[in-house]
Amino acid sequence: MKRHPIAKWIAAAAAVCLVLTGTAMADTIKLGVAGPHSGDLASYGIPTVKAAELVVKDINAAGGVNGKMVELLVEDDVCKPEIATNTATKLVSQGVNVVLGHICSGATKAALGIYKSANIIVMSPSATNPALTQSGDYPNFYRTIASDDAQARLEVDFALDTLKVKKIAVLHDKGDYGKGLAEFAKKFLEADNRAELVLYEGITPGAVDYSAVVQKIKRSGAEAVIFGGYHPEASKLVTLMRKKKMDIYFISDDGVKDDTFIKVAGEYAEGVYATGPKDVANNPMTIKAVKEHKDAYGEDPGAFFENAYAAALALLNAIEQADSTDYDAIANALHNDLVDTPLGKIKFDERGDAIGVGFSVYQVQGGQYVEVK
Amino acid sequence: MVSPAPRFLAAPRNVAQRNGLDSMDWEYTAELFLGGLTRGSIYALIALGYTMVYGIIELINFAHGEIYMIGAFTGLIVTGVLTMMGWNEVAILVIAATVAMIYSSCYGYTIEKIAYKPIRNAPRLSALISAIGMSLFLQNYVLLAQTSDFLPFPALIPEIGWWKPYSHIISSAEIVLIITTAVVMILLNFLIKFTRIGKAMRATSQDRKMAMLTGVDINGVISMTFIVGSATAALGGVLIASHIGQINFYIGFIAGIKAFVAAVLGGIGSVPGAVLGSLVLGWTESFFTGYVSSDYEDVFAFIFLVCILIFRPAGILGRSDTEKV
Repeated sequence: MKRHPIAKWIAAAAAVCLVLTGTAMADTIKLGVAGPHSGDLASYGIPTVKAAELVVKDINAAGGVNGKMVELLVEDDVCKPEIATNTATKLVSQGVNVVLGHICSGATKAALGIYKSANIIVMSPSATNPALTQSGDYPNFYRTIASDDAQARLEVDFALDTLKVKKIAVLHDKGDYGKGLAEFAKKFLEADNRAELVLYEGITPGAVDYSAVVQKIKRSGAEAVIFGGYHPEASKLVTLMRKKKMDIYFISDDGVKDDTFIKVAGEYAEGVYATGPKDVANNPMTIKAVKEHKDAYGEDPGAFFENAYAAALALLNAIEQADSTDYDAIANALHNDLVDTPLGKIKFDERGDAIGVGFSVYQVQGGQYVEVK
Repeated sequence: MVSPAPRFLAAPRNVAQRNGLDSMDWEYTAELFLGGLTRGSIYALIALGYTMVYGIIELINFAHGEIYMIGAFTGLIVTGVLTMMGWNEVAILVIAATVAMIYSSCYGYTIEKIAYKPIRNAPRLSALISAIGMSLFLQNYVLLAQTSDFLPFPALIPEIGWWKPYSHIISSAEIVLIITTAVVMILLNFLIKFTRIGKAMRATSQDRKMAMLTGVDINGVISMTFIVGSATAALGGVLIASHIGQINFYIGFIAGIKAFVAAVLGGIGSVPGAVLGSLVLGWTESFFTGYVSSDYEDVFAFIFLVCILIFRPAGILGRSDTEKV
């Protein structure tokens, strides 16, 4: 007597499963979109849904991917790791082919294991945690945004490859942003034996004068300074260094790539290097994507829209090139086929980071920042 | 990725070894000494006003740092106007400093009348809170009336031609700062010790009621103290901003806190003490940064302050029970 309702449930579940498998068999490509679509972080996730909708609309209007229509499966993870695992399980059980998401690094990390065991490729437009690609734990993970350490990587590579300096001093302003960056730079320098880290120090932001630190840099014999922090301290440091007749390279980050820095440091700013986000606003694809968004939703796109648009294009292009939804075939296409996106022509390196996305080096020349090629 | 740990240990040790090896490097020591001297002079120019006001009415005027900031802003505005008119640097410096001193003196006078005089006989804590309120008010007023951005301040102190070869050791701007601090200290000392108003100040400081009974115009004396204190702050504002090269609405707070610490270190209420305290603070920070690390510069400076106050609770030159001017 008691078993009867349970058996009924099992039968119902089996029926649902059949229905689900049935839909999975239908001839569409299922693009999952996961991220926060409600709650206080919804503004980070919704632009990605809109980007996916726009890309899918365009592709379906042009006949789909190799004749197959693309279907969107949108799931909310509220940016919470514990919910993201459920979101991932749900998408997998719905037979998703590839996933665009998740948005937050924590939620992405939690969900990745589930996609990995289901052999599903995931591409995030926004998760910047370095370990996601660098740990090697998630070969199914790709992203169209630079990781948190990308600026430090670029600064160190620039100092070693382009400027070819042998002794480097790394300074920071003790803040989360500046110190975080300096720690990455320190790590990269120590892992590379082409240059020696001769000084690693934090300076006090807002102090009236940095002459002691500047003397210390001078004595360390550094040929280049990598500074993690913002422009008020950078301009004081650079001004003082130049006044003390120290003609060494000064390399900093996008906290310094600010016109106020040039205004305040004046002639002393000349020749200073700073990394900053690549300017994509003039890319015709970006202009087109933004216009589509405005036409469809009547407002400017939100956070990570270009990255999400690029990720959706990259995923669907890879499926088209591979002519299948097979994991290895898609991965192969992502690594080898250049795809034209709002972020420029991109493909992915062996770790899953998009090549050519993120930051470039700028130099102050004639009172403005000029991109260094 | 094979051996990150040994490398991680090796690099800082190399730096430490080099520091140890070269510790007899007199040039480096001299440069740190001069850096500390400049830094100390900057603190001293602000600390002088703090200590003077405290000496006369035993009030910690937290708005003093803001007077310094307003002086710097006034100097910047005057400089901008005069530069457009094509005046030469030295004339601009003199006029900007004069205007800034007059304008800031008006602020000092008004602040005293609005924020301190009505509660002169209230408990000391009331005046302290009033001072903090005034400080926040002035900061936000400049933030709204001017800008929250950093503004470039032109270098008004010219590089003297024949000094140029040595300017990397100590620039002429730094020399001007140090000399100005010394001159201001001597003048203030002279004003307090040898003039009629100075005598009235000392009398007010010792016993306000008694001074009033013997015919001293204590309201006038207190106003005068604020005027003189604000003028030194404004002079400091123009010179320091010109040396540092940038200002914003918040500079008064940070500089003010350090100057206050320096004044306490030297013995608050004592004019030479303020200068001595500032120099000691400047050297401490400079040498600690140079030989140990700038990461803990402030931590060390404040530990040092605590140690001195344990052994000399009234500060280096402070005397707790005698006149405080």
